[in-house]
Amino acid sequence: MPMGNNDNQDDIIIAAENLSAGYFNKTIWRDAGFSIKKGEFVAVLGPNGAGKTTLFRLLLGLAQPQKGFLSVFGKSPTRGNPRIGYIPQRHPIDQETGIEALEIVRLGLYGNRFGISMEKNTIVRALSALKIVGAEDLAHRRLGSLSGGELQRVFLAEALIGEPDLLLLDEPLANLDIRRESDFVQLINKVVRVSGVTVLLIAHNINPLLPVLDQVLYVANGRVTGGKPADVLTSAQLTKLYGIPVEVLKDSYGRIAIIGTEEPAHHHE
Amino acid sequence: MNSLNFSFNIISDLAVMWQYDFMRHAFEAGTIVAVVAGIIGYFIVLRRSSFAAHALSHIGFAGAAGAVLFGINPLLGLLVFTCGGGFAIATLGRKAATRDVQIGTVLAFMLGIGVLFISLYSGYATEAYSLLFGEILGISNSDVLVTAIFGIVLIIAVAVIYRPLLFTSLDEDVAEAKGISIFWIGAVFMMLVAVATSIAVQVVGVLLIFALMVTPAAAAQLIARRPVWGITIAVTISLLATWISLFISFYLPYPVSFFITTLTFLIYIAVRFAYGPNAVGN
Repeated sequence: MPMGNNDNQDDIIIAAENLSAGYFNKTIWRDAGFSIKKGEFVAVLGPNGAGKTTLFRLLLGLAQPQKGFLSVFGKSPTRGNPRIGYIPQRHPIDQETGIEALEIVRLGLYGNRFGISMEKNTIVRALSALKIVGAEDLAHRRLGSLSGGELQRVFLAEALIGEPDLLLLDEPLANLDIRRESDFVQLINKVVRVSGVTVLLIAHNINPLLPVLDQVLYVANGRVTGGKPADVLTSAQLTKLYGIPVEVLKDSYGRIAIIGTEEPAHHHE
Repeated sequence: MNSLNFSFNIISDLAVMWQYDFMRHAFEAGTIVAVVAGIIGYFIVLRRSSFAAHALSHIGFAGAAGAVLFGINPLLGLLVFTCGGGFAIATLGRKAATRDVQIGTVLAFMLGIGVLFISLYSGYATEAYSLLFGEILGISNSDVLVTAIFGIVLIIAVAVIYRPLLFTSLDEDVAEAKGISIFWIGAVFMMLVAVATSIAVQVVGVLLIFALMVTPAAAAQLIARRPVWGITIAVTISLLATWISLFISFYLPYPVSFFITTLTFLIYIAVRFAYGPNAVGN
């Protein structure tokens, strides 16, 4: 969402200053400073093990910063914030899982509550969440029988059912082929951004995201660098970020390839 | 076993059976255990922790054998050991339920200790036999009462943690992000498995616990797409298997546990054939 005028404090959803993250006495990245505004679509990029998921764990309140300041919705992150929807990086669903998709979507709404409930309207809400992601026909399918792309839609419905203001998606495009990758990005762009939801999406490949991105957070070499894709994804910036020569190439369609990092940013799994 | 004959009038047959205290107690305890095993079993299968449940019953065997040796109620020994073992498995970590090798090592060790206790007891081999294979026809009035109390506590506990338990079983990472303590839900669940195992040992014994705790639930999960139905079906299968087995065993001189294991096995095979991954229409 283009924000022509200068920053309005109320529009800042996430703010980080001098933020360092790690476990025990090992620091993964340090001195990060960035801010993300309401409604922005942000890609979180960087090699494996650079600390992208760690950033999500900080935002979810599942891990504490080693140093520095982090705020989400103007407050320190707390676990179980209902304003955040989350799709973790998944291990594949067991083929024997016979439970239907609708059930896991409902859990996204009330799965953290104790006691039993007879609320019938969670079914209605789960069905409408599935409808929003174009997966109402999957409602009564067994989870174990769904394809990777179908499962991602169901997980997206599970994340959306609580009507979050911030969506954290950890590699939702992994295991999708190129076609489904771009379908899923379009889906997020369509159903999420129209309602002003802020999206952070961890990805290996930036190309399917380029048409919709507002900001890139590049996590590499113990640093986090944020900015507009055109400013961050340049040979000069990435060379500085990695501390080794990196080249950003563009093809005639505007797609880019990043060469020189440990892991090609254009690979598919 | 007895000279009574099957009359084809089930009501009058049951009336005859229930004149005997041991049969009444068997039906009472068997019913409670079947309900509890169906409910807990559903989650055991869903969480893929059936091996942990199996191991708990073996750990319990050492406790029960020790209790017999020292003249204490075996159910008490079972409860103490299974709860201790359950908590230990929970603290091993999130994926402990799938740690076959570690759990298997402890399982064998505990079974060995149980054997030592039984041999030290120098009493009757029937004690060991009934612990290993169940002796539902030897359940006392007070055992039924204890079983009922634990059964009710278990059902209430499952009702309280039902949704977080389901959430962590299906979608652990999202559940954690939603503020659920994966460790505590896992630990409480292992305690529930421990108690359920302890009371189920009376019916099917340490070695046959799978028949009541896992087999009906595994069949239920092939049929049902919603957890409430899955639990209902698991309970129904274990109830039917227990009741029919008790009924048959009144007329035939073979162990009740044999009938229970055979019935649940046949039901599982039939369900697998009709609803399994390779079945038509799935």
